[in-house]
Amino acid sequence: MQVIVSVNRFNPQDNKGKYWEDYNLEIEENSTVLDALIKIREEIDGSLAMRCSCRSAICGSCAMRVNGHARLACNTKLADMTDDAGMIKVEPMTNFPVIKDLVIDQQTFWDKVKQVSPWLQSEGPDPKGEYVASNESMNHLAGVMACIMCGACVSDCSALEVDKNFIGPAALAKAYRFVADPRDSKSVQRLGVLNEYSGIWDCTRCYECVEVCPKGIAPMDRIMALREEAIRVGYDNTMGARHADAFSDIVEDSGWLDELRLPIKTVGIFNLPALLNFAPVGLRALVKGKMPAIFHHNVPNVQNVRKLFKRIRNDQNKDD
Amino acid sequence: MKFAFFPGCVSRGGCPELYPAAKKVCAQLGIELDELQDRGATCTGAGVLQEKNQFLGDVLNARTFAIAEGLGLPIMVICSTCQGVMSQANKRLKTDPDYLAKVNEQLREEGLEYKGTASPRHLLWVMVEDIGIDNLKTYVRRPLTGLRLAPFYGCYIVRPSDDLEFKLYPNREDSLERVMEALGAEPVDFPGKTRCCGFPLLTINEKNSVQMVANHTMSAKQLGADALVTPCPLCHLNLDGYQPSAMKQTQQDINIPIIHLPQLVGLAMGFDPKELGLSRHIISTKKVLSKIQVAA
Ligand code: FES
Repeated sequence: MQVIVSVNRFNPQDNKGKYWEDYNLEIEENSTVLDALIKIREEIDGSLAMRCSCRSAICGSCAMRVNGHARLACNTKLADMTDDAGMIKVEPMTNFPVIKDLVIDQQTFWDKVKQVSPWLQSEGPDPKGEYVASNESMNHLAGVMACIMCGACVSDCSALEVDKNFIGPAALAKAYRFVADPRDSKSVQRLGVLNEYSGIWDCTRCYECVEVCPKGIAPMDRIMALREEAIRVGYDNTMGARHADAFSDIVEDSGWLDELRLPIKTVGIFNLPALLNFAPVGLRALVKGKMPAIFHHNVPNVQNVRKLFKRIRNDQNKDD
Repeated sequence: MKFAFFPGCVSRGGCPELYPAAKKVCAQLGIELDELQDRGATCTGAGVLQEKNQFLGDVLNARTFAIAEGLGLPIMVICSTCQGVMSQANKRLKTDPDYLAKVNEQLREEGLEYKGTASPRHLLWVMVEDIGIDNLKTYVRRPLTGLRLAPFYGCYIVRPSDDLEFKLYPNREDSLERVMEALGAEPVDFPGKTRCCGFPLLTINEKNSVQMVANHTMSAKQLGADALVTPCPLCHLNLDGYQPSAMKQTQQDINIPIIHLPQLVGLAMGFDPKELGLSRHIISTKKVLSKIQVAA
């Protein structure tokens, strides 16, 4: 099959900046994107820089953007990605500094992973034999431990795009792996750290990381589980936790959202500076006739909804 | 064609222009609506309630699905967020019988049981999958010729694509562009098309949220779009309502109108812009209307 691989190139040693270079090549039908890149490097242009090792989606070194989304080049079939003209676009991952061509600098990525203390911290003397943990909990953890640290989730993360300080989906998924480990005894402290600025509450819930993860780790789902757990163990005074609380209370009370009450309940009625912050937006909305109804109606049979909330809460409190 | 209609909270709250516009368009398309919230259905939880208690969120959505099953009607939504949250809950409920049974236990007292047959769909998908693009063209009275529109899907109607059954319905991927073309407009491909509007971050980190608004609206503008069109009222709240903040934060003039999908369809059907609530936006829609020679 004939393909055109368009590569976004960059060499810090020339002054060309970033530019696209197209490579035409003939390659076998069932080739991967990585096969094509290796063929280019070996037969057409030895100056093309990239990383790869295992070629089997295990080592995580070949992550790059193919047609605008992060993927492992070694488990992406070329034929699935080419357009009608037989072309694919290959770029280095975003949210990473580029060293050369498709090779990115992982330093910050690893620093952030280290920040979550990615090792088991148990308490008391070591057990005589092995640690005992239930099958169920280990099976659950296996889902996160399958992470190969390729960085695809970080590349496509919307929150990192606007804020380099955000710790990011890979480090947070790694943090979850230890918070959810029954052998770890530092979960509450870990959650306390993750609850801080640039931690679990700075994720914008866009699902980009879930979509691009080649291993099904679903980092965002882990971040949501960390939020749920942080609230459960008592970290309930962040803006995020208060927002979730206020939201839940309003739905419990009336069945649906009252958008006038939500911001007031979230920041607190006595928090004047924060309330004033909403004022210009509220005023603009008012002028345009966009304000939500002042009198918020309940859904019919709202008493059933309230009962549900109460019962589920009670059941869960009993389980704790 | 009849649906159990789930308008969501925002279409009657922060974006009150959306609900009447959607109802007008549906009536014109011959879509009959039975309103689920009149029958006691609640908010989906919008992913926010789920941060605190996912099980509770799943119970609330299963309850809505059970009410729709009782009516014998398929569910239609007009909000990408409702679509996503419902689809995710539905996947958990449909793929794990033990979990479904646990959820149904909570519904028993009310005499409800979710049997697992619901498949909520956005009006956007209904237009492509049930009405059909060719048929949709026959409703156009005022072709939107010359309008260059940037599609803004919002996250929850495109991701996770598995939960949204994109493999089964590959047409969902470019549904918004196809509807625009059917109405006579020209879609503008732009990098923000399926990115996050920043709304979920607004109360937590306003600066980051507003930066997302600035990035997407500016890139659409720079590519020559006259407006952005979105099937999600939460995206609208942020891209329209917080565009003044985005201009202030980034010190640039953006001023690009954000149009709800049903407003766009209604405009092409010949409805008066006022009836569609196009005068109720924070960023004026006048420029767009004058381009197709309609008085605001
Ligand atoms: S080369 Fe190892 S994951 Fe692709």
